[in-house]
Amino acid sequence: MTSAVALVFFYAPTDADQGIIQKIFYIHVPMAIVALCGFIAGGVFAVLHLRSGERRWDLRSYVTIHLSVVLAVGVLLTGSIWARASWGHWWVWDEPMLVVFLIIFLLYVTYWPLRFSIEDPERQSRYASVFAIMAGAFVPLCFGAVRMAQNLTHPQAGTMTTSGPASVTLTFLVSLAGVALLYTTLCTYELASKNATSKLRSLRRRLAGDDDFAAPARSAAPQLP
Amino acid sequence: MRGTIAALLAKDMALELRTKESVPAMVLFSITTYVIFHFGLDRNAVSGDLASGVLWVTLLFAAILGINRLFVAEHEQGGFDGFLLAPVDRTALFVAKALGLFAFLCIVEVVAVPAFAVLLLGPSPAQALPGLLLVLVLANAGVAVTGTLVAALAIQTRARDLIGPLLALPLLVPVVLASARATTPLLQQGGAQALPGDWLAVLALYDLVFALIAYAVFDFLLED
Repeated sequence: MTSAVALVFFYAPTDADQGIIQKIFYIHVPMAIVALCGFIAGGVFAVLHLRSGERRWDLRSYVTIHLSVVLAVGVLLTGSIWARASWGHWWVWDEPMLVVFLIIFLLYVTYWPLRFSIEDPERQSRYASVFAIMAGAFVPLCFGAVRMAQNLTHPQAGTMTTSGPASVTLTFLVSLAGVALLYTTLCTYELASKNATSKLRSLRRRLAGDDDFAAPARSAAPQLP
Repeated sequence: MRGTIAALLAKDMALELRTKESVPAMVLFSITTYVIFHFGLDRNAVSGDLASGVLWVTLLFAAILGINRLFVAEHEQGGFDGFLLAPVDRTALFVAKALGLFAFLCIVEVVAVPAFAVLLLGPSPAQALPGLLLVLVLANAGVAVTGTLVAALAIQTRARDLIGPLLALPLLVPVVLASARATTPLLQQGGAQALPGDWLAVLALYDLVFALIAYAVFDFLLED
């Protein structure tokens, strides 16, 4: 990741008509791509959860969706900054990419209230998996529908990399790899942290005896037994 | 399976006829919304894309009311348990409820669309009617399928009236988008233009995809 950032600032040439602000693209677009892949991965893990009934798939689904939403916030913020700098507005309704991303973001943010409002942990996991599957299938459908609705003036990443010099492509690919690795590292950390917390809790319960131990508070995160 | 669906659908229809809970409320809500749009937009007549938007937003929010009430009777009076005890395919409940919601939406639109024509629509809808009916049918199917799935998801949560719309509105954006784009040329001031086929294709695709997803996942929502 550090090498990606270094490359962004020192290696890639400054884009002729937009100047230094164009560099934010090397963060913005990879985050968007990884976030969307994360949402679909969340859906896939949810399918695996429903088929196998094992809690760990639900945990993976939860973690991927969680981190994708965090990245999505980053995408929306960096996108706004870029939009303000180059188009003059913080937000533009004409762009299909922005609208689709906003809708998908709003949909996935409801994942937490949904999980939090179901108390029974097994039912919570099941319902969350159904939601993740629905939303995961919804992502490409929504993209297709909104893209059809408007002309594409949002800069397409493909045209940028094919028409620009080779250094642009290289930097972009390195950024993409950097963000993807960052995402998977964060996923691994969060999974490890949750596993450790639940093991700690079960050890404490065994030590303290069932009577002295208070049940864990209601939470949106999946509880591992 | 067909017998189960017929039985469940007949039960829901009988219940609605007897209690008159959802449909009158949805109709009244639509008409009130038109009045609010009149004051909110400060216009006496709308046409073209504005008319399209007003119509679809109103129908969407009326549908949300229907979605909120869809599984309430089952939840409050043990209908889920009774259904699970019966030796029938669980997806039958989904199909029956979706068909029921579709029927409710059609009934509501029989009143709401003429009301819209009378109250707010500028051009006469007579020419546009066949195209409009086709779009309404496809859109109702999409709303019914997604709405039933979201209703089943929301009914077991604690904040069910909040979670339902929160989940349903983003999921229904493609339906509203495609329907509004499809009806805009129909409601133009100068007379109805041709119905855009590609938006109808988008609606049909949406219906198909969500029907398949719902068919696949509904069983998991009913487990105990």
